[in-house]
Amino acid sequence: MSSIKIRSKRIDGNTQIRTLIAHPMEHGRNRDPMTNALIPAHFIQELIVKHNDKIVATCTMGASISKDPYFAFLLKGGEPGDKITISWVDNLGGQDVEEHLLK
Amino acid sequence: MLKNICSNKSVQTANRSKLAPCILCLVALLFFALPLQADPAQDQAQFRRHYRQLFPSLQLADYANGVYAIDPVARESWLAIEEFPPYEPAIEQGERLFNTPFNDGHRYADCLPGTAIAHEYPKWDKKKGEVITLAKAINDCRLAHHETALNDEKGDMASLLAFIAYRSRGKPIAISIPEDDPRALAAYQQGRDFYYLRRGQLNFACATCHVQNAGKFLRSDRLSPSLGHTASWPTYRLKWGETGTLHRRFIECLQQIKAQPLPAQSTEFRNLEYFLSFMSNGIPITGPSTRK
Amino acid sequence: MKLHNRRTFIKKSAALGALAASGLLNSAPANSAWLAENFRPGKLDQTLRQLFKDAALNETDKITIKIPQIAENGAVVPITISSSLDAVQRIFILVEKNPVPLAAQFDLSPELLPFVSARIKMAETSDVIVIAQSNGAFYRAKERVKVTIGGCGG
Repeated sequence: MSSIKIRSKRIDGNTQIRTLIAHPMEHGRNRDPMTNALIPAHFIQELIVKHNDKIVATCTMGASISKDPYFAFLLKGGEPGDKITISWVDNLGGQDVEEHLLK
Repeated sequence: MLKNICSNKSVQTANRSKLAPCILCLVALLFFALPLQADPAQDQAQFRRHYRQLFPSLQLADYANGVYAIDPVARESWLAIEEFPPYEPAIEQGERLFNTPFNDGHRYADCLPGTAIAHEYPKWDKKKGEVITLAKAINDCRLAHHETALNDEKGDMASLLAFIAYRSRGKPIAISIPEDDPRALAAYQQGRDFYYLRRGQLNFACATCHVQNAGKFLRSDRLSPSLGHTASWPTYRLKWGETGTLHRRFIECLQQIKAQPLPAQSTEFRNLEYFLSFMSNGIPITGPSTRK
Repeated sequence: MKLHNRRTFIKKSAALGALAASGLLNSAPANSAWLAENFRPGKLDQTLRQLFKDAALNETDKITIKIPQIAENGAVVPITISSSLDAVQRIFILVEKNPVPLAAQFDLSPELLPFVSARIKMAETSDVIVIAQSNGAFYRAKERVKVTIGGCGG
């Protein structure tokens, strides 16, 4: 099951790309309500957006990005059949990737 | 603000301006020794009249969006988040769960009358003699097919409810209190009484915040009206960082007024949901939703 | 079309070579030293110095920040940034009073418009600062966002 959802829609000749990612984005300062133990930091550090296999956005982030992160970008143009690839890597070495074809 | 709440007399009806005539009515009724029977239609009309006075520009359907119908700043934030709502994974998970057969080969579809059904629950079950909420129907189905019951506050239950609510979006809430079983009316009345009874260290009733003070600020939160409250569940509360159920919120509310919380899907909560849903008849389902 | 973009991109990369040497450009995925440096807890001024050294951060009205004046819940504050600046290569989002002020950095290729939306955490009422890098120079704008305590304790 992918953690990455991708949506696209055409707006005035450009393509809006939206993504919602399932990820805890823990900053490491929260405590477990049951055990009071610190919940370890676990957050996406880098997100890469590709258009037809070419990197168009590299996003570096910390835990000040909300849980279940959302991002939106505006691609100039964009043709039906174009491939959008979004991938992420987190501070614990976790990663995921997802593809989406423009309609 | 708090002073106003503290000085409020404990009354059965939410409409303070009608206090004097209501006392007269009560006296008259007692004099004629008529039983104080709940009249749901009248309750509903009175409920709506109260909110119409508070929020004259709102249409009935607007109430489904709760505080976002009355707070423009919060609404802006909500709309931005609705661009790609965080409850979507719950809807997908719910669909997967709904379509996964039980170990005995049966499915949820064998128990439930379809998927676009959120607007018809809670229902009165004559055979069982109790109010069946959608969550209870789901767990009853599981137990009947030798599966373990789901936690009623979050997780898979929230996902199943999200999927069914999503399928039911736009359908007007349609709760009925069958007249051929007086126990149904009694359950409705218990729910109504629960709603208006003061409780906890803060001595608030649900009505204190959500009827008498709806639209006012409690610190920085604008209090939402109870009309439409049941339309938008389950909810991804930003505070929870996940999708949770109405009964989870009931528990939270009781904790917040420092009252003894009850278990999710307890009889009291199911009757409360019965009352609240009936009050919201005609309001379209907007669940699942995002809330703060 | 694609070839032209690649050539332009390579040209720009070469021009930014100097900046790359200064440590501001990060082309290696998840360069842990860089990440540790810039996503470290610290005051806003420290973070800005770390990121931009003594480069000027010019106030501009050419960056538009769409963000609610009052955050319903500091855990999820939606922000949308757009700019009429020329050739925006990078957008930085910083939250003045967060323990780690740098929320995110977006490196955008010329294939993307100068636009990004995100949802950020805000610990308390503070400024949200957006810095855009355009043709090698830096421009800044900010918005103040109130983060409130909920009614019944949340």
